[in-house]
Amino acid sequence: MSGSATGSGEPRAAFRAGVRDVLPALPANVPFGIIAGVATVGAGFDPAQATAFAGMLFAGAAQVAAVELVDQRAPVVVVVATALVVNLRYLMYSASLGAHFRDLSTRWKLVVAFFLLDVTYALSVGRFEGREDADPTGEGRWYYLGTALPLWGTWIAASLVGIVFGARVPAGWQLDFAIPLLFMGLLFPALDGGPSYVAAGAAGVLAVAGFGLPFNVGILAAAVGGILAGVLAEVSLR
Amino acid sequence: MTRAPLGDASVWLVVLAASAGTFAIRLSFIALFGRLERVPPRLELALQYVPAAVLTALVAPRLVYLDGALALGAGNERLLAGLVAAVVAWRTESLLWTIVVGMAALWTLTWLPVG
Repeated sequence: MSGSATGSGEPRAAFRAGVRDVLPALPANVPFGIIAGVATVGAGFDPAQATAFAGMLFAGAAQVAAVELVDQRAPVVVVVATALVVNLRYLMYSASLGAHFRDLSTRWKLVVAFFLLDVTYALSVGRFEGREDADPTGEGRWYYLGTALPLWGTWIAASLVGIVFGARVPAGWQLDFAIPLLFMGLLFPALDGGPSYVAAGAAGVLAVAGFGLPFNVGILAAAVGGILAGVLAEVSLR
Repeated sequence: MTRAPLGDASVWLVVLAASAGTFAIRLSFIALFGRLERVPPRLELALQYVPAAVLTALVAPRLVYLDGALALGAGNERLLAGLVAAVVAWRTESLLWTIVVGMAALWTLTWLPVG
């Protein structure tokens, strides 16, 4: 562990700056974690499995998509493939952050990868690209950790609330409807420009049409089809 | 407690395989840099549309199917509440407001005495 050349005390200050910057993003994760926890135990996961899933996968949308398929008795292969397609966007973040963290030790690269999320990515890239003296390999890694740990803790705590109380939520509340609402709240910021609407439209139609497909591959096929439609739209508009 | 539709071992397999695979996705380029200067442009193009496609594929069937049958009429409370929530999501881009208004709309439509 070699510190950065810019002086001692840097890691602690950088970590604190990361914590400070991530605070505004924490509240939105609380209902998300609770809903995901409720859905996970609702699909028949025991508390240990549900807690492990929240802590190790650390990706709410993929977790919810996976447990719903488990609930519908989809084959394990389809469940896992669907979760991974939902998480494909992390490839983008990995590429973008990887350039900054190029010189980190292997151990730190593993740590950075584990906590890679929309929020940790956005905050860190904003910090590294906006400053001349940014030092990702030195204090920057501590800043990243400062954004990641509070998020992870919040996610697990909120998940535990959902896991503990999930079995006691009355069915009349229809809390499962919060899941499509959540995805909708994530969807609209992701729509920017023509091809993304084509991708969304195609995926939606395919998902509805493929609802009864064997092995519950409908969502998987619709996601892949939507991505291809977006690419085709982009290429034909050039 | 409900019984797990999949066996215990299968559930653990889902947890471990999805977590390991997701970790591999997150690690991919972070580990590759040094050998690779930039992301292949074609991959970058395709990845742009992942969120829009994936999220719509997850939402659409939940709104238009009622008990396993296609229901596009006014009798489908979830579709109506979903449309209200969509407007909120589009105008506010707020996760919290989308969920709050959507749930409130669903409860209102469900508990209103239908004439």
